[in-house]
Formats: sequence, C-alpha cells, structure tokens
Amino acid sequence: MADRSPRRLTALVGLLVLALFLLPWVVGRYSVYLAIQILILSVFSLGFNLLFGYTGLLSFGQAGFFGIGAYACAKILLAVPNLFLGLGGGVAAAGVAAVVLGFLSVRHTRIYFSMLTLAFGMMVFSIAWKWRDFTGGDDGLVGIPRAPLEIPGLWSLSVATQERYYYVVLVVSLLAIWAMYRLVHSPLGLTLQAIRDSESRAEFAGVPVRTYRLIAFTIAGLYAGLAGALLTPLENTVTPGIAHWSTSAEPVLATLLGGVHVFGGPIVGAFLFFMLKDIIVRFTQYWLIWLGAIVVALVMGFRGGVASIFARR
Amino acid sequence: MTTELLKTEGLSKRFGALAAVDGVNLTLPSGRLTAVIGPNGAGKTTLINLITGSLLPDAGQVYFKGEAITRLASHQRTRKGLSRSFQLMNIFSRLTVLQNVLLPVLSRHGSTLKPLARVDDQAKAVAEAGQILKEVGLWEVQLHPAGALSHGDQRLLELGIAIASAPELCFLDEPSAGLTPVERATVLDLIRKLAVERQTTFVIVEHDMDVVFSLSDWIVVMNRGRLLAEGPPSLIRENLEVREVYLGEELSA
Repeated sequence: MADRSPRRLTALVGLLVLALFLLPWVVGRYSVYLAIQILILSVFSLGFNLLFGYTGLLSFGQAGFFGIGAYACAKILLAVPNLFLGLGGGVAAAGVAAVVLGFLSVRHTRIYFSMLTLAFGMMVFSIAWKWRDFTGGDDGLVGIPRAPLEIPGLWSLSVATQERYYYVVLVVSLLAIWAMYRLVHSPLGLTLQAIRDSESRAEFAGVPVRTYRLIAFTIAGLYAGLAGALLTPLENTVTPGIAHWSTSAEPVLATLLGGVHVFGGPIVGAFLFFMLKDIIVRFTQYWLIWLGAIVVALVMGFRGGVASIFARR
Repeated sequence: MTTELLKTEGLSKRFGALAAVDGVNLTLPSGRLTAVIGPNGAGKTTLINLITGSLLPDAGQVYFKGEAITRLASHQRTRKGLSRSFQLMNIFSRLTVLQNVLLPVLSRHGSTLKPLARVDDQAKAVAEAGQILKEVGLWEVQLHPAGALSHGDQRLLELGIAIASAPELCFLDEPSAGLTPVERATVLDLIRKLAVERQTTFVIVEHDMDVVFSLSDWIVVMNRGRLLAEGPPSLIRENLEVREVYLGEELSA
C-alpha cells in the first residue's frame, strides 16, 4: 500500500544507500559506530517483525538467538580468525536453536507463545551466565578479533578498522534487508500474512499452519543470529547481558516506533531508537523510561508507527 | 445414480456429558446438493467439524472417495478436495480480495513455499484467482482490502475462497447468515451456478427453510446429535416427526 509512487520510493532508497556508502567520509568515528548499531538493530528487528507483523506471533525471546549468534561467532573467531566462518557459524547456530525451540513454541499462539519464547530466551541467558568454562560466565568472552574476511590460500581482506568493518556490516545488512523484502512479497510472505489474519481459513486453503509458523520462527532466528554475530567483532567482547530479555525488548520497541505494518518500519524504528537514546542519555541515565514514554505516546498517537505516516494514501 | 463421495460410519463426538454427534452414518453422493437442518445444538456444525478435520471424533470413520481420512489434518483433507466455509465470517481481512482467493490457488499449485519469487509473477495462479473473482462478482474490487468489503460481499468472498481450492465436496456453514433478501438471492444463485460449472458438490447448513427447500436436492435432519431423517425436500416436508421436532411452528403457523 506504500506503492503509490514506486519510482519516487526507489529513488529515495537508492539515495539512502548511496549516502550510507559515503557516510564514513562525512561523519566522525562515533557516528559510524552508531550507524553500525542501527544497521544491526534493523536486521534484528526485521526478523522479529516477520514473526510479529507478518505472521502474528509476538516473541519476547529473540535475544536468545541474538546471544547464540554472538557467542557462536565469538567462539569461532577466538579459534579460527576468519570473519566468514564467524558470521556463518553464528547464523547457523542460531538457526539450529530456532528450529528446536520453534518446534516447541509454535504449537502455541498469542500470550502462550510470547511467554514460552520469553522463557526460552531467559534459558539461553542463564546458560551464558552460568556455564563459566564455555561462555566466561558474567565476565563474558573478551579479546575477540575483528578477523579478516578470508578464503584460505586464495584471498584475504583485513577489516580490522571500524571504518572497514562498517562496510562489512553495511553490505551484509543490505543483503539481509533485500532478502527480507523479497520474502514478504513472495508467495511464502503472502501465506504467512494469511495465517496472521485467520489460522483456520489458512488451514482450509490447504496450508499446514504450524509448519509455516516454524519456518517464520526459524527465519526470525537466523536474522537475530546474524545481528548478534555482527555485533561481536564490533565490540570485541560478548557478555551475557546481550541475551537478557531486555535485549529482546529492543526489536519490539524499534518495531513499534517505526511501524508494524510497513516493511521499512523496523528500520526507521531502529534509527529512531538509537537517535532518541543518544539524545536522552545526555540528560538522564534513566533513558529507557523516557524512551518508553515516547513509544507509548507514538503507539497511542499513530498506531501504525512513524513509517505509516509516509505510507498513507 | 451417482458415485459415493463421502461416507461416515458411526461418527461420534462427546463434549463432557453431551453427545454432540452420536453414531452418525451419512452418505453423500457426488452432484447432490444436500442441506443439513436441525434445531440449535443438534450437532450440525460439530458434524461438519468432524468431517473436515477441525475436530477429531471419539469413534467412527470418515471416508472420502473410498479412502479413510478420519485422522488427517484439515490442510491434508483440503488438498484431497474437501473444503468448507465457516459460520462466523472468516476471511483474510488485511489481505486484498485477490490475495484472499490467490492463497488457496497457490497452495493447490504447491507454490506457497517460494521465498524469493514475486507473488505478481505467479501468472497462472493470478489468472485463476481472477477468474474465480469474476465468477463470484468481485472482480472490480480485487485490490480492496477484504476487511473493507460489505458483509454481503464478504460472504461472496468466502464462497470464492472455498472454491479456490478446487474442492469436489464443499461444506457451507450458514452461507446466507446475516444477509439481506437481495444478497441472499445472489448467494443462492451463485451456489447453484458453481455447483454446475465447477462440478462441486455442496453441503449447506442452513436455518432458513425457504433457502433449504428452494436450493437443496436432499435434506438431512439432525436432532440431539443423531440423524433423524433424510430424503428429498418433498418427503421431508411430509415427515411428521420432522415437523414436530423442527418445522412445527413454521408449518402450523
């Protein structure tokens, strides 16, 4: 429904992508760091919103998969310094976890699904917190290298500087965003939206509803895992906090801020999330309270989120 | 006269102490438009739920085209050619009218799993869905969100979704509920037309006796979970027992 002027929209997106590629020449180190964070939260939130906005399942446990992606990436990079392996391994680990936990979670819907995912997410957090030998406990894992992109014996590219790493995150994020855009406009995306609108009607359209919910859950897990894996080389450390339920709240807040029912909503929301946070922390350490108040006001004011204002016909 | 499409044997379902459906033996031949009638709580909707897989029976069997489907999931029965609509309005309200009908078509073509294809590029399925919209008279509003349609048009859309999976047997639970007389006539004409053109065998659950007697070739009367009587409309009208249980007021008035 946002396709009123598709050509203008395409031009806008093109300009935006161009601006993102030029960003490190224009702004300082801190802004580049913020941009990386925004891109990571965008990927994280897009995955979350495939479940929430498109399939009708509200997960409070996405930080579990985010954490698994981050820890798996950390363990791999500490053993084998190759960023391809780190990112790929993080995504794969989160995907496996999502299949298993999803199989158990998608048997339920609504609040029961939300509570189950919250519990599973906190389970991951507890493991990260308690399994000191493997995860470093509350100290986390430190000294994780920003390893080069490498095809052994053939090709190697150092991405150790923040600027270079920004381009890794940018390219990977743009690919992930493109893939998600294709997905929600595909027959699979249509099927998920149909399940959201009416489970029983979808069932009698010949759709095995539970299987499709598991597919959506797994894809959301893959995206969370990718986001987590991208964060690890940026920070050079992982701590259990990233698997905490408060991290699960971030894609929820970003998506509500930006808009649940517009494809770009979670991306706009991720941007707003960090901008608001960045502004509010200058005045008070209780930034989350103020951010919460703004989200409440936005949700009550325009239910579709900020992006829906521009998508209106 | 015609082949046997669906058969139930001793189909039973209890909800606590209540025998909602109690040992029902029912045979539905293809091509015969059957109406299931009975007072509220007679077990009509439960019977449909058991046949279509929304509920699993405590006892008994369901055979579709000679094959036992008693334990199959609903979506598997749909793939085999069994479809239904619901008593309460049940559409994909946030999708467009076209997408509502497109989903069962895509599902039948086995292309709902394509993650990177464009919906608009599924030309064959889109054409098929468009054809169905023409038949149910919603072609002009195909790009509207389904939830924005009038109640009458939503009923038509339900019919469109139900036939989009190309069923041989299609259950319609109160297809004319809440419609104005004009809309009702439209829906009934459409059911008659679809029955012939799409060679679909319809079974309707209906409270409106005018609808039942004008539309159906065969009437099945239920009461307290059992089959009370069945036969052509003319015979059912004369059946004294049925008149007492169900038609009493209307005929004596």
